[in-house]
Amino acid sequence: MVTAIKQPGWIRGALGALLGAAFGVGLVVVLRDISGLPIWQTEQTGYPHVVVPLVTTPLGFLAGFGAFDYWLRWAVGAPTIPDDHSQHGAKSWRDYFKFNTDHKVIGIQYICTNFFFFFVSGLLALLIRAELVQPGAQIVDASTFNGLFSTHAAIMIFVFIVPVFAGIANYVLPLMIGAPDMAFPRLNALSFWMLPVAGLLFLGSFLAPGGAFDAGWTGYAPLSTGAPLGQSFFNLGVQFAGASSIATALNFLVTIITMRSPGMTFWRMPLLVWANLSTSLLVVAATPFIAGAQFMVFFDRLLGTQFFQFAGGGDVISYQHIFWFYSHPAVYIMMLPGFGIISEVISIHARKPIFGYRLMALALIGIVVLSYSVWAHHMFVAGMFSWLRVPMMITTLLIAVPTGIKIFSWLGTLYFGKIHTYSTAMLFALAFIVTFTVGGISGVMLGMVPLDIHVSDTYFIVAHIHFVLFGGSVFTIFAGIYHWFPKMTGRMYDEKLGRVHFWGTVIGTWGTFIPMHWVGMDGMPRRVADYAAQFGDWNLLISIFAFMLGAVQLVFLYNMVVSWRYGPRAEANPWHGNSIEWQVSSPPPIFNFDEIPRVVGGPYEFGVPGARHAIMAGEGAEAPGPEPSKVGAT
Amino acid sequence: MSDCSRPSEARIIGSGRGGIRDPMMGRLPIAKMLAATVALTAAISAVMVPIRWNGQGASTAAPEIDRLLDVMIVLSAFVFSLVLVMLFYALWKFRAKPGDESDGEPIHGNTKLEVAWTVIPTIIVLFGAGYSWVVLDRIEKPAENPIKVQVFAQQFAWSFGYPGKGNAWSEGELHVPLDRQVQFKMHAQDVIHSFWVPEWRIKKDAVPGITTTATITPDKAGTYQLICTELCGFGHATMRAKVVVEPPADFRKWVAGLDQEVPQPFEDSVIQDVEANPVPVGAGGA
Repeated sequence: MVTAIKQPGWIRGALGALLGAAFGVGLVVVLRDISGLPIWQTEQTGYPHVVVPLVTTPLGFLAGFGAFDYWLRWAVGAPTIPDDHSQHGAKSWRDYFKFNTDHKVIGIQYICTNFFFFFVSGLLALLIRAELVQPGAQIVDASTFNGLFSTHAAIMIFVFIVPVFAGIANYVLPLMIGAPDMAFPRLNALSFWMLPVAGLLFLGSFLAPGGAFDAGWTGYAPLSTGAPLGQSFFNLGVQFAGASSIATALNFLVTIITMRSPGMTFWRMPLLVWANLSTSLLVVAATPFIAGAQFMVFFDRLLGTQFFQFAGGGDVISYQHIFWFYSHPAVYIMMLPGFGIISEVISIHARKPIFGYRLMALALIGIVVLSYSVWAHHMFVAGMFSWLRVPMMITTLLIAVPTGIKIFSWLGTLYFGKIHTYSTAMLFALAFIVTFTVGGISGVMLGMVPLDIHVSDTYFIVAHIHFVLFGGSVFTIFAGIYHWFPKMTGRMYDEKLGRVHFWGTVIGTWGTFIPMHWVGMDGMPRRVADYAAQFGDWNLLISIFAFMLGAVQLVFLYNMVVSWRYGPRAEANPWHGNSIEWQVSSPPPIFNFDEIPRVVGGPYEFGVPGARHAIMAGEGAEAPGPEPSKVGAT
Repeated sequence: MSDCSRPSEARIIGSGRGGIRDPMMGRLPIAKMLAATVALTAAISAVMVPIRWNGQGASTAAPEIDRLLDVMIVLSAFVFSLVLVMLFYALWKFRAKPGDESDGEPIHGNTKLEVAWTVIPTIIVLFGAGYSWVVLDRIEKPAENPIKVQVFAQQFAWSFGYPGKGNAWSEGELHVPLDRQVQFKMHAQDVIHSFWVPEWRIKKDAVPGITTTATITPDKAGTYQLICTELCGFGHATMRAKVVVEPPADFRKWVAGLDQEVPQPFEDSVIQDVEANPVPVGAGGA
């Protein structure tokens, strides 16, 4: 028992959580007592004796779990325990529940956790659709309904789409650039373990008095500053998810910039690496803004600051400026890594070099730069100073140009190729091109001020966001999961079930989200539990397709779980790819490479006689490359 | 890759053509693909343009916005058709035969094409932006003699003030005269709300602490619904008001019949709106 308490792990983690909670409650009690305030305060926005432990308990858990052991020892001058890598790799499912610094284990931890929240949040979406089957209130009351769509969006965005891309890249990216691990493995593990905290905070808000946070995932002040306790769960959940996101982005930046294997110049990086480089640039600079916005709301709620209270000199609209300064780049944070995945999948399965590789990379950078200058297109009707609308409209429409370049370049990649469609990953990649084009088109329409004035905050917005986030991001996530499933698990998945999942998902997506455009333009506002009777038939149809879409995801779940355990063994390179991750075994060895590979050419040289991307260890030196140099230690 | 070392025969054959024409483009039925794109665009537009997506229009702004939508539908249909034609032609023509393990042709790009699909979309979106700007200017153009109506939004009700007749107040029912520009001055009492009459195609948030303005000229008499479109709490879905557009004589009669004045708290929200009543320079702030 004593050793169990001394060893980092779940027992010490639970103890840490208890101590953290006790410390949080104690701090509130003592501070309130010496300030002469009543010890328990239960105003609906208050509850400091609940809110402070929401911060200290997870931190206590993380400390107990072992997230800070090495750093703390080092900081206080105690002898650090050198990492002997004995815990690298995962031999049984139990190893995935440990504080592990192996990027491949962390990648799988990410993906499984994120998909857990995907399914939970999907169930929330189906509850929303069940309520909307017919006009009037049937299943849930209006407050619960507001809580449902708020948590649905928060979970999907902050603990599914944003981090699952980090999870996929965590696994694949170090392999792709020929690195033994990420630059900061301990930070990497900490980044992962902050995510379940965020997810549990979002879900836990359902237990708070007053119900889950119900001001939408946008949490506009002053609705959010006056909302019940659940809103604080959202404010804090965003902090944990945001901190995780920023730490991972820093990790990717340092890994990509400093740990590429010899010979891998920037122009020889696979586009997935380019995509994660661009995404990370967005994350590190933009995410602090949403963290700040949520802290300001949090302080308005608990400490009586008046950031967004006009009566106290605050400015209501400034919340939206700060919020969207993150949350517009966030849609590219949720899309650029997907662009990278699609480039990999299409090039391999069309057996063709990526069409216009450099322009593809530059388009990513162009999107990064432009995406900082478009935030106010979410505020065309918000009552902000009106001169900003036209400049923001122009930048918003211009961002369609680099996005269009990517679409056309993927199509160009297909020409004169040998297109194979046996892989479910390729099917999702091809379908993505079409659905994302529709999402892009509705985005251009929304960027035009006069059209936006009419459809802003209607179901047209709901349709657009789901076409880009589901038909866009989630399709690319599925493509990525199918594509690297053999690499990650060492098993093949079932392509027949994959096809069922694919067609069900495509039909479900179009059936669910296309009619939403129509009801929105015709006058149905978003975020309503009840609506005019004229939209009843369309909503019934939307709900039927939504339930089909939900059900078909179970096929995916079954396919993944069963194939992981019983699927036929995968060879090292089932899709005949050139990039480095396909040149190692499936799953890769614990330290990825016996010897760091040397990169001698571009990653997509399909059909080029004699072209090589990388020379692996033991292959001799038929092509001279730079001297293998030391690579950053773990 | 075993086939990496084998030169691609197709490439050699392909590179033999050329001359002035691009060797790659030369082997594609560009004219047929463009014709298919145009035909598909025409078909989609023929179905979609006649539909009144935005519902009935009842203001001078409505036809302007609906026309912009129609133009956008045609342009979007073109882009969508182009993507579909390019995708399905590639899938039909360049599908690998069963058992074919060889690679495609090592074409890395085509500068002319890449420039084309950078420049042409830029022109299209800049045209869209310019056209939108023109429409925006037209629908927001102030008229000579607008009538001002105060809009008060609160959880979860709308009320209206008519300064023309000693602060007449109407709860939950908005009347405006036909064919005359109305300037709505909006004041939120608690949280943000949004003022939307779908038939007018106009929407504007009512924000605590500032006055926002929406300008509209109703041109069709009738009864419509005012819908709150900014999430404002549990009663958001039911925050509606009746809108009546009627001939000026009827409107005057209706206003004359209002016997309540705007209550003091609402009147205060007009006064304390900092944007409408800025603190004079040198007044010292507080």
